[in-house]
Amino acid sequence: MAIAKDKVGIVSCSGEDLPEGTISRIATRMVLEKLRPDDTVTICLPLFLAGSEDERAFAKVFPTIAVDGCDKRCAEVGTKKYSGKPVATIVVSEIIKKYPRLKAKSRDKLSAEEKELALKVAKEIAAKVDEVLGRKKLRGVTG
Amino acid sequence: MSKSGKIFVISCSGIGKALGTVGRTAMYEVVEKLRPNEATTVCLPLITIGDETVLKLVRTNSCISVDGCPFQCARKNIEASKGKLVASFMVTDVLRENRGLKPEGVIELNPKGLKLASRLAEKIVRQIDETNKNR
Ligand code: SF4
Ligand code: SF4
Repeated sequence: MAIAKDKVGIVSCSGEDLPEGTISRIATRMVLEKLRPDDTVTICLPLFLAGSEDERAFAKVFPTIAVDGCDKRCAEVGTKKYSGKPVATIVVSEIIKKYPRLKAKSRDKLSAEEKELALKVAKEIAAKVDEVLGRKKLRGVTG
Repeated sequence: MSKSGKIFVISCSGIGKALGTVGRTAMYEVVEKLRPNEATTVCLPLITIGDETVLKLVRTNSCISVDGCPFQCARKNIEASKGKLVASFMVTDVLRENRGLKPEGVIELNPKGLKLASRLAEKIVRQIDETNKNR
C-alpha cells in the first residue's frame, strides 16, 4: 500500500476520563482546523476496532502522529495494534510539565487557561507535522 | 472515589464530527452534573487497547454506550470486550427526534448542539434510573 507523502495522519486519544485527554482532543482539532488544515487528516481512534480494513489501513496510508493524554499512550498503542506504527507520539502530560503555571482541570469545557495549554500542545503537534513532511525549516509553528 | 458499583456511561468522543462532541458533552452532563453518584465514565481508548483494569470494570458493572454516528464505536468496543452493556444511544437518533437542533463545531459546540446534548443527557438519565430500579 502506497504511503501518502503530502498528508500526515493525527490520531488523538480523546481520553474521556482525564483533563489531559480533553486537551489532546482539542489540540488535535486546532491543528486540523487552524494550524495545518491542508496537511493533516484524522480518524476516530475507536474506529480501529469497530471499523473495517479500510479504517485500519489509516497508518499504512498516512505517516501518523499519535497524540495521547497520559502515559498509558492509548493512541500510540491502539494505532500500532490495529493499523501501523506511528512515526511519532506527543504526550500531553509531558508537555504540560513545561508550563507549571498552566493547569488542566476540567474534562468538559476548557477554561481560557486550558485553551492556552491546548494551543501550546497544538503548536508542538504542528511542528511535528512539519518535521514529518520535511518542512521544518520552511515554516514557523504559528500557523 | 471508587468507580465500582456505578453505571459506566461511555462515549465515543468522535473527533471527526460534531456528533461525537454532542455525545461526549451529554456524557459529562450526566456523570458530572445530573447523576454524579450513580454514574461514572472511563476512557474508551483504554477499552480499545484492552487495558486489563478497565476491562474488568466494564465486565462487572452496567455500561451505557453513547455514540455519535451509526459506526457505534463505543457500543462495538464494549461488546467486543464482553462488557455488560445495558443500553446504547446514538446522537443521530436524538437528532432525528429534534431536527431543528443541528450541531456544529467540534472544538466548541454551537447552542443548538448544546441543547441537543442536554436532550440526550435526559434520555441517559432515564435509562440510569430505570437500570437502578431493576437492580
Ligand atoms: S492516553 Fe490516557 S487520557 Fe488518553 S485515553 Fe488513554 S488513559 Fe485516557
Ligand atoms: S461512532 Fe465512531 S465513527 Fe462515529 S463519531 Fe463516534 S467515534 Fe467517530
